Amino acid sequence: MSVTMSERAAQHVSNFIAKRGKGIGIRLGVRTSGCSGMAYKLEFADQRDDADLTFESHGVTILVDPKSLPYLDGTELDYVREGLNEGFRFNNPNVKDACGCGESFNV
Amino acid sequence: MALLQLSEPGMSAAPHQHRLAVGIDLGTTNSLVATVRNGIAVCLNDAEGRAMLPSVVRYRADGGVTVGREAMQAQTVDPRNTITSVKRFMGRGLRDVAYIESTPYDFVDAPGMVRLRTVQGPKSPVEVSAEILRTLRQRAEASLGGELTGAVITVPAYFDDAQRQATKDAAGLAGLNVLRLLNEPTAAAIAYGLDNAAEGVYAVYDLGGGTFDISILRLSRGVFEVLATNGDAALGGDDFDHRLFCWSLDRARIEPPSAQDLRRLLARSREAKELLSHASEAPIVCTLGSGEEVNLKVGRDEFASITANLVKKTLAPVRKALRDAGMRAEDIKGVVMVGGATRMPHVQKAVAEFFGQEPLTNLDPDKVVALGAAKQANALAGNRSADEDWLLLDVIPLSLGLETMGGLAEKVIPRNSTIPVARAQEFTTYKDGQTAMAFHVVQGERELVSDCRSLARFELRGIPPMVAGAARIRVTFQVDADGLLSVSAREMSSGVEASVIIKPSYGLTDQEIADMLKSGFEHAGEDMGARALREQQVEARRLAEATRHALEADGELLEPSAREAIEHLLTELETTAAGSDTGAIKQATAALNRGTEDFAAARMDKSIRSALAGRNIDQLEV
Repeated sequence: MSVTMSERAAQHVSNFIAKRGKGIGIRLGVRTSGCSGMAYKLEFADQRDDADLTFESHGVTILVDPKSLPYLDGTELDYVREGLNEGFRFNNPNVKDACGCGESFNV
Repeated sequence: MALLQLSEPGMSAAPHQHRLAVGIDLGTTNSLVATVRNGIAVCLNDAEGRAMLPSVVRYRADGGVTVGREAMQAQTVDPRNTITSVKRFMGRGLRDVAYIESTPYDFVDAPGMVRLRTVQGPKSPVEVSAEILRTLRQRAEASLGGELTGAVITVPAYFDDAQRQATKDAAGLAGLNVLRLLNEPTAAAIAYGLDNAAEGVYAVYDLGGGTFDISILRLSRGVFEVLATNGDAALGGDDFDHRLFCWSLDRARIEPPSAQDLRRLLARSREAKELLSHASEAPIVCTLGSGEEVNLKVGRDEFASITANLVKKTLAPVRKALRDAGMRAEDIKGVVMVGGATRMPHVQKAVAEFFGQEPLTNLDPDKVVALGAAKQANALAGNRSADEDWLLLDVIPLSLGLETMGGLAEKVIPRNSTIPVARAQEFTTYKDGQTAMAFHVVQGERELVSDCRSLARFELRGIPPMVAGAARIRVTFQVDADGLLSVSAREMSSGVEASVIIKPSYGLTDQEIADMLKSGFEHAGEDMGARALREQQVEARRLAEATRHALEADGELLEPSAREAIEHLLTELETTAAGSDTGAIKQATAALNRGTEDFAAARMDKSIRSALAGRNIDQLEV
């Protein structure tokens, strides 16, 4: 089981953490909410919980709690630009259908 | 699919519930919009990658509106319908607009605020500003991929109620929810994260294109407080361009050129100024309409010396602000630089020398205000964790008060009080049986109402008739977090109430505020004398009125000669009180007081006799 990040995403994350001035990496997760069942969690991480699973990708630490991992297994986090908008995108092979905007999904 | 941003730990937003908030620096020359993304404040660029939107709006004959660079380019071909620097007209009446003859616009004098006649009809500065804000809102919504929850918009610390309200109205018209108006220097301090810094006093030195502002802020227990502000409304980077332009005219030995040459040479001068921030020498090369060539080189030191007195001119308001704040230069813990003109090395050097420390310059001085506003918007929209909460306090620039008897201004909220603030003061009636009271709300530092600015008038009616001085009327002044004032009056025994919200009528310019402050200092002695005179006159009139009333009621108690003596003193007092000799009025008042002592005693006896008449001693309550 693993979670990865594109090189571009990793660069942005390192940059954001450096500017923020603290943080050991990022935390990915899912939680049940939203119009289509599940929603992603994408946060700075300041500390590691004992149960956390740790992945390294292009020098950036990714923390995932064990309950979220099955939903995220195989996911690659990417950073993309769409017109004026830019941000992170989860390329998650587990997703069967998502709501129109993609903010929540089903596996 | 929606693009996600990194949140603070535990702050991931639920789907479709992102609270998108932006900070907007609505500037005179340029405007910017910024937001906090992935935990960092960033300016949002347009499709061409530019952060700055020129604050220019063009109303086209075909009914369309263009904003920004494109509008700016039309300035020469369509000056009347291309509105620049509209911020200067916000909340202003026609007579408040300085240099009206130097603008190309066709002004319409409308009640409250000027209108500008355009090909699409008269437009108010609020509508023009709304076009700029709407453009920024669209840019933000395209960049963030959703509707905005709200915006924090910055205003100069000197903006008065009318100008603040006009800014809020413009935001409303542009479909923006204003989370708060924030003073520009406070925003700059937030951008530098001074809110997380050690407690202390900080200075914000803001040299923009056409204005200079200095603010002294104090940070204590995570709370910002503006201690004092000062500035020069007619000093900015443009003056440096102009100096260099004059220098090149002089060097090239050319006559004052045509309007077109003037613009060209001025533009070259500005470029040279900007280049000199990085280089030690810059060329000024330009071909004039006559075919004449201007080919000059200006060195950094030369430029510094021809503009040295401009830099020096900024230091006078700095000293005044420090004095107002009760601080010395060495008490200042950090100096924040704002405005493109602070890129000039000799400006930085002068500031460093004045404060004895290097100023903070690592953020882009053009963006720093917008970035700070974005951080505040982010916090107000609830995207920061609770333990990081902070408050912001700002200050009112001029004292607020009421007119009292004799045309004196009674200050209720003194200048530089931090806002939000509420202060109450009790007033009473002047005459027996008085059932109404008129309130005149004024702003300014002078002792006489006629020297202050009138903000509003209102009346409290339905006061139960009582003897003079018995009614207790509590007047409450309240200034909210946006700096808007409301005043209410309440008669305490009956509960009757009246209030007014200071809806902007006319604004004051920075210069006027500065002048009002200055005249307050300069006329301090004179004002003290004027106050003493007015107070003595009020006292004299009160006594004269009471005496006359007594003569009417109990005149028969007096011998004709005694009555004549009192009437003589009374006339004497009334004549003296009409003059302006405070000492003489005081003497005449004292004389009448003495002269009526026996009469007062006789009246007292009479009233006691009438109270006791026909009663036994045991019927009296003792």
